[in-house]
Amino acid sequence: MVNRICLKTPLGDEVLSLHAGDHVTLSGIVYTARDEAHVRMMEEGIPFNPQGAAIYHCGPVIRDSRILAAGPTTSSRLNSLTGFLLDGGVRALIGKGGMGTEVAGQLRDRGVYLACTGGCAVLAASKMSLKGVFFEDLGMAEAIWIIELDSLPLVVGIDSHGNDLFADISREANKQFHIQFT
Amino acid sequence: MVLPEDDSLYRAVADATCRAFRQAETILPPDIVAALRTAAGRESSAVARHELSNILENIALAEKLALPICQDTGVPVIFLTVPPHVPYSHRLLLAASEGVRRATRDVPLRPNVVSPLERKNYGDNTGPGMPSFHVSPGDILTVTVLPKGAGAENMSRLAMLLPTEKDQIPKFVAETMLIAGGRPCPPVVLGVGIGGTFDSCAALAKEALLLPIDTMDPFEQELCDAVNALGIGPMGLGGETTALAVKVRTAACHTASLPVAVNVQCWAARRSTIEVKW
Repeated sequence: MVNRICLKTPLGDEVLSLHAGDHVTLSGIVYTARDEAHVRMMEEGIPFNPQGAAIYHCGPVIRDSRILAAGPTTSSRLNSLTGFLLDGGVRALIGKGGMGTEVAGQLRDRGVYLACTGGCAVLAASKMSLKGVFFEDLGMAEAIWIIELDSLPLVVGIDSHGNDLFADISREANKQFHIQFT
Repeated sequence: MVLPEDDSLYRAVADATCRAFRQAETILPPDIVAALRTAAGRESSAVARHELSNILENIALAEKLALPICQDTGVPVIFLTVPPHVPYSHRLLLAASEGVRRATRDVPLRPNVVSPLERKNYGDNTGPGMPSFHVSPGDILTVTVLPKGAGAENMSRLAMLLPTEKDQIPKFVAETMLIAGGRPCPPVVLGVGIGGTFDSCAALAKEALLLPIDTMDPFEQELCDAVNALGIGPMGLGGETTALAVKVRTAACHTASLPVAVNVQCWAARRSTIEVKW
């Protein structure tokens, strides 16, 4: 078993001591947000207190106010829509696949990107309870769901010191590609 | 659409489609699970092992609780084989669509299908031109469903190579995953179509995802090795297994063309076939 660092929202300066590759668990309130929710928040404002908040890139399956399946969505779709959240005090972004260099720069000295295993929707849902919703008119996948986590296992993908696991792997993949095909 | 009560064939098609979605969404095929287990035994990094162990735990939990493996329950891609005594008609497709609507309510599935420009959600995973149907003649009436998530589908590519560029195929396939990185939820399965026309080549790539992945021919293995040499690994966090398998389907093509399509499928490579009896 790996050692896990336990985190709880609202997050503070403890996120600054995390390093890319660290195994963590996250508990407390997180807010789901995908493309439409980001656009709406930019237009109408953030409907929750962003100080120390964690944003989960996720569009869950919900029935009768119960979260049935809630794995992460591809974070990079939100690369250009994320800055205002970090400016507002958001400390953690949770999703899959990593984010661009722009976001890695915006996370510097402020927050972290936490990688959640893509597709593991039932495992994730087993550690969640639903607390409320904003922008429900956007539909099940795009609304902002308020979710309480109980020790969701995550890996630090991008830390606040400029280290980015995804960028490292991608650089190495590029190198291997050119060795093979040039 | 409501199907008339006495219409047993169409009710059976709707039932079979709904059951196929329930099965595909909650239970991963044994060849995919076996490949994921093999991959888990091969990884050396703690992060890669963690990702695959989450994946295997999630698969077991989804089956036990009869819940969708992934919250992206996909868009409906449906393959029908139609025997000579069954009329291939609009009603057959409407019946399968009815099965999708029922599965959306009952499994339940996330309503993913929207109009392309207005982005209006139809609410039941059907709409104009959706489900995506592939129909072929057969001996028995079967419904095969392949729910397709967007993370992987969005990374798919097609190239019209020159007839003299056969040697470029491994490069194009590997480049597809180089661009995709962790976004399509690796370890992936790649369906590769070679030949045909611009449109049929893409269909071949999709149909290749129906082939069992427990064996690969030498060409498929060569493509798979080229992808795995990139080291993208489970969820793009690095590791030995970027692709569980590459499967290829070919068709004859124009002497001046070499179409190549790569359809990327996430590790949750969901598919299920049910014979329709009525």
